[in-house]
Amino acid sequence: MATEAQGEEAGGLVFHPMDQFIVEPFFGDGAVSWYTITNATVWMALAVLAVFVLLVLGTSKRAVIPSRMQSVAEMAYGFIYKMVEDICGKEGVKYFPYIMTLFMFIVFANFLGLLPMAFTPTAHISVTAVMAFAVFFGVTILGFVKNGGSFLRLFWVSSAPLALRPVLALIELISYFVRPVSHSIRLAGNMMAGHAVIKVFAGFAAIAAIAPVSVLAITAMYGLEVLVSFIQAYVFAILTCVYLKDALHPHH
Amino acid sequence: MATEPIDMEMAGTCINEFGSAIGMPQLCGEWFGNQIFWLVVALVAIYFILSRIALPRIGAVLAERQGTITNDIAAAEDLKVKATEAEAQYDKALIDARAEAQRIIEAAKADIQADLDKAIAKADAEIAAKSAESEKAIAEIREGALKNVEDVAKDTAQAIVAALGGSADAKTVSAAVDARMKG
Amino acid sequence: MEGELAQMGQFIGAGLTAFGMGGAAIGVGNVAGNYLAGALRNPSAAAGQTATLFIGIAFAEALGIFSFLVALLLMFAV
Repeated sequence: MATEAQGEEAGGLVFHPMDQFIVEPFFGDGAVSWYTITNATVWMALAVLAVFVLLVLGTSKRAVIPSRMQSVAEMAYGFIYKMVEDICGKEGVKYFPYIMTLFMFIVFANFLGLLPMAFTPTAHISVTAVMAFAVFFGVTILGFVKNGGSFLRLFWVSSAPLALRPVLALIELISYFVRPVSHSIRLAGNMMAGHAVIKVFAGFAAIAAIAPVSVLAITAMYGLEVLVSFIQAYVFAILTCVYLKDALHPHH
Repeated sequence: MATEPIDMEMAGTCINEFGSAIGMPQLCGEWFGNQIFWLVVALVAIYFILSRIALPRIGAVLAERQGTITNDIAAAEDLKVKATEAEAQYDKALIDARAEAQRIIEAAKADIQADLDKAIAKADAEIAAKSAESEKAIAEIREGALKNVEDVAKDTAQAIVAALGGSADAKTVSAAVDARMKG
Repeated sequence: MEGELAQMGQFIGAGLTAFGMGGAAIGVGNVAGNYLAGALRNPSAAAGQTATLFIGIAFAEALGIFSFLVALLLMFAV
């Protein structure tokens, strides 16, 4: 690909849709080792800061009649709390802080990633995979701790005819292990796809004749991406709840 | 900023010498460790911020608001009950007042009736007395009148007899007139 | 020559994965349309099923994203 990129640059039409995902040291140059402060670090830190500002500084007055920011914070709290309670039941409320953590981090990383020149940590499979596998292992261990061996009955669909059950068990087992993969790739893929498509349209803007179309397309995609940013964070949280429910109540 | 040329030494397995990505940056193994480390740091930071400060606080605020709302609703319920009671009292007072008024009207009517009856009786008595008196006067007058008629008839008869050339004594004429008048 | 042929195959394959997008579009449309039909029949039950709607959309859409991923892998990683 490197040689092709050079060839294209000579032609004037430059597509580097993936360059926005490059991780590089934030201060100076050099190799990226595990402790280096990179652009990924900075944007994650900004997401943490945004969470802090919204949920801690926004609610610092503890007003009974909330200010605008406090009311947003309360809305986020109520939204996730209700979701956890609806899906996992009363026992799931204990795990509400974990799901809230994931949701707040993803939603702010997604929204901050939409700023021009920003870096989107959630577009990286390594980032989403860590979260998805954390959910997967956490839920599996929790399921065995809570239910013991009877957690395995999750795969034994007792409502199906007896002859079908082994086949269904195999399918259920495969789908169970595919969960973290689809869980992580859904988020990373959505974010990556949106950002890459916007970059491709931006590349077309170099041709004067189709630049207006390109700008319109970028605007439309941006609107869609705002929606997708929220929906994917919501979906990530809701799927975490669904998996958690399976661990708490493994019987179909 | 990724597109500006960087040093040749910088070009690793993930970035070419122009600073562009080779393949998908997401699949570049060099960067995994860094991202995972900082992700874990970020998540732990958010978790502590949320579980230590933010969530208890928001939960407390929501509970407090719920309490306030419940209290307010209870107070409103109380006031409503009081209002209903007051309305019942008012209604009762109104009914009482109406009954009182009715009673007063009845009493007044009875008084008036009594007064009226008395006045009528008095008037009747007066009228009766007056009419008796009048009847008496009329009887007297009638009597007087009859006597006068008799006298006039006697005188007239005597005069007519005299005029006719007859001579009659007063006794005979009067007896004749009396007889006529009785007949 | 051989490299160009492989590259051509890459691009053709990447283009073919765009069909996956159509499949995801049909799937998402199906989910949302059926949700709307059901919601119009019984609006009182609709609010409780929005979570299910989003889960369904996420599952349908994820497969479209997988096809996009295959395209990206063909273009940039192979």
